[in-house]
Amino acid sequence: MDLLEYQGKQLFARHGLEVSPGKAVTTVEDAVTAAGEVGYPVVVKAQVLIGGRGKAGGVKLADNEDEAREHAGNILGMDIHGHLVRTLWIEHASDIATEYYASVLLDRSAKAPLVMFSIEGGVDIEEVAEQTPEKLIRHHVDALKGLSREEAVRIATEGKADADVIEGVADALVALYEVWIKEDATLAEINPLIVTPQRQVKALDAKVSLDGNALYRHPENQDLSDTENEDPIEVRAREQGVQYVKLDGDIGILGNGAGLVMSTLDVVAQAGGKPANFLDAGGGSDAAKIKQAVELILENEAVKAVLFNIFGGITRCDEVAKGLIAAFGEIQPDVPFVVRLDGTNDVAGRELLKEASLPNVHPARTMNEAAELVVELAAKSGAPA
Amino acid sequence: MAVLVDSDTRLAVAGVTGREGSFHTLNNRAYGTNVVGGVTPGKGGQDVEGIPVFDDWAQAMEQAEPNTAMIFVPPRFAADAILEAAAAGVRLVITITEGIPAHDELRVYNTLKRDYPGTRLIGPNCPGILSPGKANVGIIPASFFKDGNVGVVSRSGTLTYQIGNEIAQAGFGCSSIVGIGGDPVPGSSFVDVLELFQGDEQTELIVLSGEIGGSAEEEAAEYIAEHVSKPVVAYIAGFTAPAGKQMGHAGAIVSGSAGTAAAKAQALEAQGVRVGRTPTEVAELAVQILRA
Repeated sequence: MDLLEYQGKQLFARHGLEVSPGKAVTTVEDAVTAAGEVGYPVVVKAQVLIGGRGKAGGVKLADNEDEAREHAGNILGMDIHGHLVRTLWIEHASDIATEYYASVLLDRSAKAPLVMFSIEGGVDIEEVAEQTPEKLIRHHVDALKGLSREEAVRIATEGKADADVIEGVADALVALYEVWIKEDATLAEINPLIVTPQRQVKALDAKVSLDGNALYRHPENQDLSDTENEDPIEVRAREQGVQYVKLDGDIGILGNGAGLVMSTLDVVAQAGGKPANFLDAGGGSDAAKIKQAVELILENEAVKAVLFNIFGGITRCDEVAKGLIAAFGEIQPDVPFVVRLDGTNDVAGRELLKEASLPNVHPARTMNEAAELVVELAAKSGAPA
Repeated sequence: MAVLVDSDTRLAVAGVTGREGSFHTLNNRAYGTNVVGGVTPGKGGQDVEGIPVFDDWAQAMEQAEPNTAMIFVPPRFAADAILEAAAAGVRLVITITEGIPAHDELRVYNTLKRDYPGTRLIGPNCPGILSPGKANVGIIPASFFKDGNVGVVSRSGTLTYQIGNEIAQAGFGCSSIVGIGGDPVPGSSFVDVLELFQGDEQTELIVLSGEIGGSAEEEAAEYIAEHVSKPVVAYIAGFTAPAGKQMGHAGAIVSGSAGTAAAKAQALEAQGVRVGRTPTEVAELAVQILRA
């Protein structure tokens, strides 16, 4: 779960990381009021979950009310690489002497928290890692002990932070680690971590990802995330407990098991088709669940054909067939379906489908056959009415 | 021989009294797995169709001497169940539970390494381990697989069944099928299981099924080049997955330019591993080598 900058900064402040005073607003008038409250000059910042917003014109400095009004008006509603700006963060502008970089993330390979620090802040850190790796300090933390202050001082020193802010940087690193561990984050990143002319160390930006599996421990974080800018079908799927990811093609996909669904997308793409979604039905085979899944898939108007790829393990193919027949009794899809049932009770399942002779439902024996057939049907089928 | 589970397995199950837990435990027993007990706090003294239930792992160990634990409890209790089983001296802990917080997994992995180095964790979020004809621990549908010389290791359940079934239809069987799970911090990685298959006499060919996210496949490629003399055939799922989107499994996510299917397939191929483009092609490659 990725957080917007201002949400990340709220978590930072909760754990003692220095951030500038600011307000999140959604209208021009509120932006102007907020600017007056935090004090000019202010920075008007678009809140979107995509990089490059500064270059896109989504971050502007305002010295007075007229400028604040003008920038807020321009940025609200702006489309930044497909993300609509609905929220602005109005922050008191900071004087910047130096820009650093700091982050804590889960290193899956080392199976340990990884703290990174660099004095090359404010730029793409992947570039720093590639071009001047010696300027990026990478420090693995003992997951059972956490980051000690001594370690943090060592990181700041090794990273060649200015001598007079070693302590300040170390404090920031310890606080950032606190954010990471206490909030169940998988990523907590500050770029840039600035030093002001008064030698104060402050987080000027925030990029935080929280672990959705740990949200039960953090009821206060449950409403974070950028629901408004998420795809509405994805939001609805999540509310229903369905694993759904919207893609930009025209072939709806349903399968059981994350690996098999990913593989189905690949096989459809290899057959020349473009998947419209990822949907893992899991072990759900009853009519209600299948109907729900079919409805989610068809809510995407781009879908011209649907592929059901089931390999029954615990899930029984006859149950899936019954679910599909019942679902078709309640909704009449106007696009063709290709259904491949294999595995547990596959013969019985196919027999049931045959007897029901559902309109526009095409059986297929193998995954490859099913993929080719659905691509062919999608090409023939025009845009649904 | 098979790896990890076999006729010497003595299984105890955390969560044996739950609906899913009892269903799969009884399935495992019906297959022939020696199920010696279950653990549910507060339900000690009861039984599940003859399987004795204990209040905790220490008690289970004292009275039933399990050498293998299966964890079937809800995510918020799973980390403690794993560590409790390890503390009681269980050497192999297989965790089926999906949805365990990543930080819990990190704590469990590092605690096992520090305090219980003799305990091996498989999973979480995995289908378990099947050694056909010997033992089944978990939720792998055993009927598709027969005893044979193919070792399978996979991050995904259904994909494993898909590939395994195609190999079986060509007339070949498996030594063991090991699901290592789809989470960001698995207890055992491809490398750990490759090492076991390399040392297993019964296994003559290894099928590795990976997916997007992390770098376990790249690490496997390096390990194979240096330590695995048996032929390995691989599959990678998720070529069409967009960056930054979690594809079902918590660990299946391309982060920036890292963890793509293309990079993984390339890393494996660079070390001479044949990578099939579809599950069917993987099975075909495996069968070709087995028949040669």
